[in-house]
Amino acid sequence: MKTPIYLDYHATTPMDPRVLEAMLPYFGPVFGNSASRNHSFGWEAEEAVEKGREQIAKLIGANKKEIVFTSGATESNNLALKGVAEMYAEKGNHIITAATEHKAILDTCKRLEKQGCKVTYLPVQPDGLIDLDALREAITDKTILVSIMYANNEIGVIQPIREIGAICKERGVLFHTDATQAVGKIPVDVIADKIDLLSLSGHKMYGPKGVGALYVRRKGPRVQLTAQIDGGGHERGMRSGTLNVPGIVGLGKACELAQQEMEADAKRLSGLRDRLKDRILAELDEVYINGTMEHRLPHNLNISFAYVEGESLLMGINEIAVSSGSACTSATLEPSYILKALGAGDDLAHSSIRFGLGRFTTEEEVDYAAEKVIQVVKKLRELSPLYELVKEGVDLSTIQWAAH
Amino acid sequence: MAYSDKVLDHYNNPRNVGSLDKKDPNVGTGMVGAPECGDVMKLQVKVNPETGIIEEAKFKTFGCGSAIASSSLATEWLKGKSVDEALAIKNTDIVNELALPPVKIHCSVLAEDAIKAAILDYKEKSTANSTAAPVSA
Repeated sequence: MKTPIYLDYHATTPMDPRVLEAMLPYFGPVFGNSASRNHSFGWEAEEAVEKGREQIAKLIGANKKEIVFTSGATESNNLALKGVAEMYAEKGNHIITAATEHKAILDTCKRLEKQGCKVTYLPVQPDGLIDLDALREAITDKTILVSIMYANNEIGVIQPIREIGAICKERGVLFHTDATQAVGKIPVDVIADKIDLLSLSGHKMYGPKGVGALYVRRKGPRVQLTAQIDGGGHERGMRSGTLNVPGIVGLGKACELAQQEMEADAKRLSGLRDRLKDRILAELDEVYINGTMEHRLPHNLNISFAYVEGESLLMGINEIAVSSGSACTSATLEPSYILKALGAGDDLAHSSIRFGLGRFTTEEEVDYAAEKVIQVVKKLRELSPLYELVKEGVDLSTIQWAAH
Repeated sequence: MAYSDKVLDHYNNPRNVGSLDKKDPNVGTGMVGAPECGDVMKLQVKVNPETGIIEEAKFKTFGCGSAIASSSLATEWLKGKSVDEALAIKNTDIVNELALPPVKIHCSVLAEDAIKAAILDYKEKSTANSTAAPVSA
């Protein structure tokens, strides 16, 4: 077994070697611009792009004409929200989203608020899921869009997408979902889920970085967007710019592989994930799982180790690549807003570790990670004044802490 | 983020981890920080009442590696110092010794606060004892 061990598959995934192989010709001899209509170089590139479009569409139950290529999920989210807000401004200016969305959604909403939109940020329940009644109540006659992520990037919880889609359809409101963490990992079907717009990314599903797509429904309803990047009118005028042919080939291949292997991958990974969880829970007390286990990505585990600070834990398990909700590991020096939204308390947010397993994770790696985490948490608890106080029977909430 | 060798050394081999008896009149205890801020330091000193020299220092810290290293280093420095010398330890001394980056300066500030809190606690206890002493004598 080689170290470091990569268990941060929610951040990015390594490219599948089969994806790389499919892409290689498009970095070399097949270099044409897919918009060149009058020679074979362009035709070849166009053929590759259209194949990619087909592969992506197939994975999510869409028509290939409904796929708009972008540079990644952040751009897809920006295009969906800003494009709808601008296009449907006469209909209304209200958008509904959730407190636990990715920053690509939240920061886009903040900008739209500055431009006159009203945004409702639905809270989540302690299990991480939104309350469907709260969504129903939030919809007004000014609401033009609901944007709720498919699966969360930190805690892996899967929102009740099909129910949300049905509510939106019934109320005549467009429904966008940021499905970056879900596509290729769990079945996603834009027809059954009544999704109007869906963002996805290549590098979260064993494809390349720098390429993603936005699904834009063409009928029932025909969704229109105001382009956010102007130029040659590529992608049905919704996103100008010469297409990233090698990236699209890679994303397409990644989708094809996901379609073939998703079921087996998910089964294997949920087994490994549960093995990791069970080992940790058997050896350590005061360990809390963040988010529901019932509606969760098969390869995600997010745990808070009470009385141990996340960054010091990462330091101790430095041959395991994971991420923490601790403020010390973030650029903003704020603990994870997602864990805070669950009502877990800042102290548990500081103590959290996110494990993301993936296609290349082995049982040996999981066992090693479990053992190492257990060992380091035990060591750090020996060092923790909080753990000592709790063991003495002190209720930490009764102590007057001097916040700094 | 890369850690300095000294931070790593203190993290891997923390010095003087543990607790002294809070009720001992010669022990001063300082606990600073807050769990929701991500760091809490408990620092304790045991002072020889005859000489005023710190004979023992112990710590326990909930916090990042730099917070652990700052408090571990503080206990090393405290031992053998007089109470007044201990109060002269500045957070910048800790920053320099451990080569802490700017985002970790608050860890050194917390360690300085913990030293001051522990010494203050000891002084309050000893003043209380000395004023109480004649009464009981």
